[in-house]
Amino acid sequence: MTFTSPADVRERLAAVGYLPDDAIATTVYLAAALGKPLLVEGPAGVGKTELAKAVAEITGAGLVRLQCYEGLDEPRALYEWNYKKQLLRIQASGDESWSATHDDIFTEEFLLERPLLAAIRRSEPTVLLIDETDKADVEVEGLLLEVLSDFQVTIPELGTITAVRRPFVVLTSNATRELSEALKRRCLYLHLDYPTPERERDIVRARVPEIEDALAERLARLVATLRALELKKAPSIAETIDWARTLLALGLDRLDADTIDATLGVVLKHHSDQERARKELDGPS
Amino acid sequence: MALLDRHIGFVAALREAGLPVSLAEGLDAVHALEAIELVERESLRAAYAATLVKRPAHRDAFDMLFDLWFPPAVGSTEEARDRPAYDDPELAGLRDELSRILLSGDETALRAFARGVVGAYGRGNGGSGQWFSYQVLRILSADTLMAGLLNAVLAERGGLDEKVARRTFTGRIQRFEQLVGADVRRRLAEETGVERVARAGVRPPLEQVDFLRATRADLAALRREIHPLARRLATRLTMRNRHGRRGRLDFRRTVRASLSTGGVPLTTHHRPRRPHKPELVVLCDASDSVSAFAHFTLLLTYALREQFAKVRAFAFIDGLDEVTRFFAPGVDVVEAITRMTNEADIVWVSGHSDYGRAFGVFEDRYGDAITPKTSLLILGDARTNYQDPNLETVRRLAGRARHAYWLNPEPVRDWDSGDSVASLYAAVTPMHECRNLTQLAEFVETLA
Repeated sequence: MTFTSPADVRERLAAVGYLPDDAIATTVYLAAALGKPLLVEGPAGVGKTELAKAVAEITGAGLVRLQCYEGLDEPRALYEWNYKKQLLRIQASGDESWSATHDDIFTEEFLLERPLLAAIRRSEPTVLLIDETDKADVEVEGLLLEVLSDFQVTIPELGTITAVRRPFVVLTSNATRELSEALKRRCLYLHLDYPTPERERDIVRARVPEIEDALAERLARLVATLRALELKKAPSIAETIDWARTLLALGLDRLDADTIDATLGVVLKHHSDQERARKELDGPS
Repeated sequence: MALLDRHIGFVAALREAGLPVSLAEGLDAVHALEAIELVERESLRAAYAATLVKRPAHRDAFDMLFDLWFPPAVGSTEEARDRPAYDDPELAGLRDELSRILLSGDETALRAFARGVVGAYGRGNGGSGQWFSYQVLRILSADTLMAGLLNAVLAERGGLDEKVARRTFTGRIQRFEQLVGADVRRRLAEETGVERVARAGVRPPLEQVDFLRATRADLAALRREIHPLARRLATRLTMRNRHGRRGRLDFRRTVRASLSTGGVPLTTHHRPRRPHKPELVVLCDASDSVSAFAHFTLLLTYALREQFAKVRAFAFIDGLDEVTRFFAPGVDVVEAITRMTNEADIVWVSGHSDYGRAFGVFEDRYGDAITPKTSLLILGDARTNYQDPNLETVRRLAGRARHAYWLNPEPVRDWDSGDSVASLYAAVTPMHECRNLTQLAEFVETLA
């Protein structure tokens, strides 16, 4: 998991279709060089998860993903004892002594690995993606602290398991709540925002290669204009790409008022936002 | 050693500007500096940002301080010149050049150009005084280049194309103004010391901006924050509701679940608790002095509509009218405010706020809106223009409601100055200072 320089990161990411800007390339390089987890925050659909996937692809690492949600707990994030199997083992043991059975049921065989433990025990290069960290409860952050600062997991019955090979950790967050200071302090922080029109044009061209340059340029500028309006939900990069694909699928190679009117639903998903955009774009300047 | 000193000074300045930079993060930054090429300024910026700045709200302050501590250039090679007359051919030449750069959108050229003009025209007092960005911007008046720029890229004016082009160029012109400002600060810092300039230049982050002093741009940015903020608050509130006291034992589900563990109820299941949803009645002062604050609070409460059983809103100046109808679900926020201001019947005679009369009218006409389930929320600065405050009515209304709160956008030290009767009202209903987004968010969380 080593890069020689930020420029190296940039080239390799670009080769797999992820176009980073300076800040992204440098931060990814630093996260790898310092061996620290990378916390990526930003609005939905700007490529946070894609970044983790792209890093996994360019380094040839396996991607282990922990999707966070409300109510996620230790047994589903870290490890769990397979108690059904343990029950069977106890019932099958017959006249064996209790102490022998007791030692036996807390072994590897009865341990169910969950993403965090799996990522730590892998000996191949690994990218650990902890997705939508803000959706999980605050207690889960406490659970992550040990894993992220020392790359180790303590299982009372087995002892402490230390990472054979440090995984490259990416945490993503939509900032629906503020993550704790303790967690942030252990991570490098990258705020991903909507890209400049120039970068967005390049992203559209990379993702939708069939599109003509002029159309991609126009699309990117138009989306930037939409984002400047006071909308409930600004269009994301993912939606811009969807829009480009929609235009291609409909065989439209121009983006005039009628086309926009017909396809606006691809990028704006609130009725009031669409109304507002129509009014602002058509009205006198 | 010089680099280390600079690092220490920079971290200290960040802390002074309100960024919580811990010792461990400072060390991380030093490690990061070892890993990158220091000559690449943008890499350096990214390295510092990744290790020290962990909240987007702090990013602007960080960028400004970074430009001061790690300036892109040192000293001044340009010769100071006098302010040119408006028909000076040299000035026309400069404006043409700026126009060309703005058209191409070349960042490096724009930066060099900004540095050049600040060096030439930035000094006040005929080239010997302080540095000013205002002076440079006025000489060039980049805004007036817009028509020419639009003509250069558009075949015909108007419509969608112009909107898009206009927005592109506005962005670039703003960028130019920022660059001029940054270069002026750099030159000031060289002459009077970095710390002093840093202290003067840092603006508070958006959530700390006073509602009453917000500029138009601030207000637009604040309005854009409403929905993300409402989403954040809503998530937190649902989480809190779910995590509080658990409901009664769900016997049926517990027994069913116990079957898979041989009849031993290892995990118990509970019925979900009935969510607590107050009814909300908002009374807001819509007079000019506090309208920005009132609009903002109204929008936020409406964005959080799902958290309340029912929301009714009333606006008053010296008359009072119900404005609930303008905030139907899915309605555009800007339009709702405009319609409220134009259509609601809230001015009676003078158009100056008259709290006493407004409360009286409210009790007469809409008194039944307040029930023992209601939370009553009053928004205003309690400046009565020396009219009767009608305290008895407020006391009655507050007594009938389940909770009553008054949010005042003025800082506590200004209460009771002039025609403000804040503490009279505060005696009958609890009054909170609510000057910025942070305070508002904190309050709304306790409300729901």
